[in-house]
Amino acid sequence: MTALDRIAELQREAEAAIAGATDPKQLEGLRLHYLGRKSELPMLLRGVGSLDPSQRVAVGSAGNQTRKQLEAMISAREAELAGGEIGERLDISLPGSPPAPTGHLHLITETRRDIEDVFLGLGFSIAEGPEVEHVEYNFDALNTDLTHPSRARTDTFYIDDATVLRVHTSPVQVRAMIAQPPPLYVIAPGRVYRPDNDATHTPQFHQIEGLAVDDGVTLADLKGTLLAFARQIFGEDREVLLRPHYFPFTEPSVEVDVSCFNCASGYLRDGSLCPLCKGSGWLEVLGAGMVDPNVFAYVKDYGYDPESVTGFAFGMGIERIAMLRHGIPDLRLYFDNDLRFLRQFGAR
Amino acid sequence: MLVPVEWLREYCDPPLSTEELAARLTLTGTKDERSFRYGAKKPDHLVVGFVRSVAQHPNADRLRVCTVDVGEAEPVTIVCGAPNVAAGQTVAVARPGAELPDGRTLTAAKLRGIVSEGMILSEDELALGSDHSGILVLAQGPTPGTPLSEVLPSGTDVIEFEITPNRPDCLGIYGIAREAHASTAAPLAAPPWSDDPGTFSGDAGGVKVTVECPDLCPRFTARVFDQVTIGESPLWLKARLLAAGMRPISNVVDSTNYAMLLSGQPLHAFDLDRVAGAELTIRRARAGETLETLDGQVRELDSDLVVIDDADGPTSIAAIMGGARSEVSDSTTRILLEAANWDGANIQRSALRLGLRSEASARFEKGLSPGQTLEALAVTTKLLIDLCGARVLPGTIDVGGPGPDAPQLTLQPDRVNRLLGSEIPSERCEEILAALGFDVLEVDGALRVHVPHFRRRDVTREVDLIEEVARIDGLDRLPATLPPRNGAAGLLTQPQRLRRLAEDALAARGLSEIVGWSFADPALLDRLRLPAGDRMRNVVTIDNPLSQSLSIMRPTLLASLLDAARYNVSRDVDDVRIFESGTVYRAADVLADEHHALGVLLTGAAAPASWRGGPRHEADFFAAKGLLEAVLGIAGVEFSLERTDWAFLYPGRSAAVLAGEQRLGFIGELHPGVAALWELGATAVWALDLGLVAGAAASTTAYKAFASFPALREDLAIVVPETVAVGDVIATVRAAGGRDLETVELFDVYAGEQVLPGHVSLALHLEFRADDRTLTDDEVATERAAIAKALAERHGGELRA
Ligand SMILES: [Zn+2]
Repeated sequence: MTALDRIAELQREAEAAIAGATDPKQLEGLRLHYLGRKSELPMLLRGVGSLDPSQRVAVGSAGNQTRKQLEAMISAREAELAGGEIGERLDISLPGSPPAPTGHLHLITETRRDIEDVFLGLGFSIAEGPEVEHVEYNFDALNTDLTHPSRARTDTFYIDDATVLRVHTSPVQVRAMIAQPPPLYVIAPGRVYRPDNDATHTPQFHQIEGLAVDDGVTLADLKGTLLAFARQIFGEDREVLLRPHYFPFTEPSVEVDVSCFNCASGYLRDGSLCPLCKGSGWLEVLGAGMVDPNVFAYVKDYGYDPESVTGFAFGMGIERIAMLRHGIPDLRLYFDNDLRFLRQFGAR
Repeated sequence: MLVPVEWLREYCDPPLSTEELAARLTLTGTKDERSFRYGAKKPDHLVVGFVRSVAQHPNADRLRVCTVDVGEAEPVTIVCGAPNVAAGQTVAVARPGAELPDGRTLTAAKLRGIVSEGMILSEDELALGSDHSGILVLAQGPTPGTPLSEVLPSGTDVIEFEITPNRPDCLGIYGIAREAHASTAAPLAAPPWSDDPGTFSGDAGGVKVTVECPDLCPRFTARVFDQVTIGESPLWLKARLLAAGMRPISNVVDSTNYAMLLSGQPLHAFDLDRVAGAELTIRRARAGETLETLDGQVRELDSDLVVIDDADGPTSIAAIMGGARSEVSDSTTRILLEAANWDGANIQRSALRLGLRSEASARFEKGLSPGQTLEALAVTTKLLIDLCGARVLPGTIDVGGPGPDAPQLTLQPDRVNRLLGSEIPSERCEEILAALGFDVLEVDGALRVHVPHFRRRDVTREVDLIEEVARIDGLDRLPATLPPRNGAAGLLTQPQRLRRLAEDALAARGLSEIVGWSFADPALLDRLRLPAGDRMRNVVTIDNPLSQSLSIMRPTLLASLLDAARYNVSRDVDDVRIFESGTVYRAADVLADEHHALGVLLTGAAAPASWRGGPRHEADFFAAKGLLEAVLGIAGVEFSLERTDWAFLYPGRSAAVLAGEQRLGFIGELHPGVAALWELGATAVWALDLGLVAGAAASTTAYKAFASFPALREDLAIVVPETVAVGDVIATVRAAGGRDLETVELFDVYAGEQVLPGHVSLALHLEFRADDRTLTDDEVATERAAIAKALAERHGGELRA
């Protein structure tokens, strides 16, 4: 029998004996028997030097390993035999302590970030600009007629004749074009203001607008971009519907509906009318269009020749997107900041 | 705009249901807001009846028992309460099963012992007018049993369309019919104004019209009629007006309204005998001038308003409201019929200022085409002749004329596809534009396009033509592609990334984010006890706020944080831990000084209690400071606090947050006087300018090797006078401990019996480690001695055994 075989045999024998030990005294005896100074395994290890050189390393390492394993087994069996004392049962239904409470981002922040992430992924950057804005950037640069009703003091907050609280984030697009020649891919999220206050309007709200100006950007590109947005925000199966509309800063202009995620073609499973889309099967989500040449004309000197560049722009309300996704019944809930509302969303 | 579908189909009748038609027009840009049924829900069970005989009901004084022939083998018995029912009348009968406009479904019913097998209907019950004093008596002729719908407009679908402001041509039924024609290819009937019984030569009864303000009234047209007989309009006309949402008044007024609904151009009829001097002058009002309008109100005018004068002075406010003096009445026999074009923006402002918006002003304010005036005049002329027995006098007054021709545009078909990403052939572009009323001629592969007068304001460039092609061809046919994205990156900037990290750090520590109002009450500044001249008093003020209490832009996030805290505390939430990440505003020479701030507010307990007990941590300075350390730690900003008294913070428990010399914000416990104003107890807050934090943030950090030699640990107890700042003690320990002192941690602060009065004992845990060898006890003892010496010299401190 080789030394290696003997070590293996010793290990099998010892393991069986340790497993079968029933009291600590017996275990102590086994320790002496197998690992004590004068027992066989240590003797064998001490005699490694007299072995054929080709066997020394293998026998030494196997012997040491067996010794460690047996020591660990004896300790484990000891602990097992001490049983009752370490096995105290916990009431595992008690809460964690100290508590690690969950905090929350506001639903508007969470929704804004979700939308930002979609467009970041599509290659857009995030542009920002002031909320107290020049009348010129807020209206003139965006092809808003001098007599357009949105300029009225009933529709816009004025600081002075030349300064307003921006009514949309579109001036950020103008600033972005002034700052950088095409190609330009930006979204502009932010707070905007209009003097309305009822269940469907708050005097401040949040928008995300987008702008893409590049070689040969088309209306079909706008459709594809918004389809990607709709699917990531409202679900993989969504479709988009572009309806012609009118905005002063885009031509052609469209309103964009997203197929309702709450129903099939306007009806719920039980055959009743879908309350979300009111039976139409579509949700009105945003406005968009191809940038009007007059808007490019305003920033012509910055590399935007209305004869040669094309681009698309879109804009949506963050509150509305969140409302659709989460069934928020009243816009004012967003700004009451009731903790019972805040704690329902944006867990971190 | 309400469009009775039955009326629309007179001009364009595509083989589509109402629902399909509405859906098709929605896809081409005329959006269906809602649709409904006006009048009888369906034509079934509504028939013409002939009253054979009428007898008194035996059990009821007010009821009559009629025998009515309804085209069946035997006449039926109908109980009727109308006073005017009589034998020999042809009437409208609803049989059991009929669905009436008010939603009732008729059944045979016993009335005081007699079974009535139907109902003889009044105008009101058919939704053809408001008259319910008696039954509707029809003209003799139709055979009993004839479906009522063949004799009367008994009901129609109505679609309400949203008309965008660039399309005033769609504010008339015929304009919608033209859209339906282009969208469905169903034929379009000739316009209703193609048959004009009026003439253009003659002096129009000698009436004189002068326009003094052609800028506000580019065109004024009129015709004169005599032999007018005022009366009621026929049922078909009343039915159409009602379905379109207008109340019938008299045949003359109804004719002008009908023509307006059809053509989009409002008109006005004057009683010519009450137009003094048979002359009209259109002029700007004089400031301070007053006029009594039709509604009996005396209104003060200004020079932005346009009035129409006769020889006796103002008779009406142009385009907005007629005057009582020259209104058509029952005795009118001569009429001056006017159709004018006004400056849309002026009308809009005027209507808004006077609080008078009508179907007419709503159309004018969109800026109609001067060409529409004659169209509406033609339609009304025909109606006045047909319905009122009127005679039109020769001649048409026309001041201003049609204005310049719309310019000719050129459309390159390849530019259509380049902008849209489509493959629409040139012939299709031509077909679409022609269907919309444009004259198109192909010249060398390009389309030469003449814009019709009714699209003159809206279509002025090639891109406007492209839009027409796009919307009619159908955006649903466009492919969905992604833009080329040359040079696109899609990355957050460093400040944007930091903002997210900071927000996440606070939320991860159990705080809830609020989104507050940017608006604040100017009284906020006093409530925060801000002294005169404080930077935060330099606020942005809104010139036209919703209310005084929302008239400034918040100069600090404290405004919304405090409001949100109060809101929740008043709803029995004891512990409020919130933050806000948003813009604050201060006045500046140009625009405003805005920055993105991050603010925290804690009140109540700083952390939820554990069932294991342990001390309750109050929301105090140190609870707030822990969060500040977390956020600035994430940003990699080395910061210090500088004791500073802020007006709204607790004296002695407040500080400025500094990065080097740069002030990033403040931290402290709220002044109890301030907290009380928001009904809060002890409250701790901080706010940072995140832009400045981003500026101070560490850039990419380089790797620093760490040693694997063991550390020597040492605990120190130091007694120092209580006036010494712990931060200074730690700084001294660090400085004196040398380069091998790796960690200094404060783990206890004690004042009491065991230490001298006026002193405090600090317990510090130190770790020494060298990166090139294992330190010896002797080496550490030397460093410890150096620390003790420095503490004694700098702070009068002493090591305890
Ligand atoms: Zn739905």
